[in-house]
Amino acid sequence: MVQLTLPKNSRIRTGKTWPKPEGATRLRTFRIYRWSPDDGDNPRVDTYFVDMDTCGPMVLDALIKIKNEIDPTLSFRRSCREGICGSCAMNIDGINTLACIYGLDEIKGDVSIYPLPHTEVVRDLIPDLTHFYAQHASIMPWLETKTNRPEREWRQSIEDRKKLDGLYECVMCASCSTSCPSYWWNGDKYLGPAALLHAYRWIIDSRDEATGERLDDLEDPFKLYRCHTIMNCTKTCPKGLNPAKAIAEIKKMMVERAV
Amino acid sequence: MADARKVERPLSPHLTIYRPQLTSITSILTRISGNALLVGALLVVAWFLAAATSQAAFDWMNAAMTSWLGDLVMTLSLWAMWYHALAGVRHLIWDAGIGLELDTAEKLGWGVIVGSVVLTLFTVIVV
Repeated sequence: MVQLTLPKNSRIRTGKTWPKPEGATRLRTFRIYRWSPDDGDNPRVDTYFVDMDTCGPMVLDALIKIKNEIDPTLSFRRSCREGICGSCAMNIDGINTLACIYGLDEIKGDVSIYPLPHTEVVRDLIPDLTHFYAQHASIMPWLETKTNRPEREWRQSIEDRKKLDGLYECVMCASCSTSCPSYWWNGDKYLGPAALLHAYRWIIDSRDEATGERLDDLEDPFKLYRCHTIMNCTKTCPKGLNPAKAIAEIKKMMVERAV
Repeated sequence: MADARKVERPLSPHLTIYRPQLTSITSILTRISGNALLVGALLVVAWFLAAATSQAAFDWMNAAMTSWLGDLVMTLSLWAMWYHALAGVRHLIWDAGIGLELDTAEKLGWGVIVGSVVLTLFTVIVV
């Protein structure tokens, strides 16, 4: 359901302003969402100042620098630092993206960082993605076959393989799904752009033999059809993929098989 | 998470921190214009009903509808009608699986905004 305001325990309070580093000439202001399960307080937004002369170019560089030099309690997920693991997805400067491949020079003025929108916060910038992963699992993200297993690999033509381009690259960072207002309001039942992009990736795989069952499973007022082509997903995808188009293709297949 | 205490986790902020996008704004405007049109249509129905009821009722309703406020509401309704119609066409194009590339979708979005304003002005001037 549409719930425009945050629950009482989620309202953001004014946070702490951390001291400026000494001797720095080129300072940049970072406003970062903080919440800890340990103190029972509401979330707050803390202000940090980072010396840009000694900071790397990406948002993740600044976060690591803050954690190393200013506030070791700041928590966030990160791993590969090159946009392939999808761990450091967060809301930066009003859009969802990966901190490791989003340049500080792409942001004007102060840098605001929040956890992925409309998620349960585990701590600071770390969202609970359990439900998101469960939805991905629910679309059967594997090859379903009925015919006997071939002696060697399942073969596919070059043309059929090309249909998977723009789909298989998804790293499941959840930027798209948590950018979607429809997913905010109905995320319990609507699968969201990421899971649906993956659903389409298996639906159009020429080797998959469960296309009908896959479409049957999505034939539901919520799972698929809560997509209203708002396109925040496509706009925000850090990998440049187009979940909105994948969802439209599924809807088209639903009509085509019905007529 | 090793902590056994049941801590109620907060919900991260959403609408208030997410930067409005051209495609999200044109989407919500489709819904708003559609709902506003319902109100506009009811006003017109009330106008007709008043005309069918009595001279006094019609005079009162007619005065309201032709006042500056009534003009404003009707002009906005006219814009809502054009906007909703054009946005509907955009959705039909999308339903055919066309125009879903981000730059095309954004161009269509601007088309709907500019088109609705131009058509509204055109209608106001001509009619």
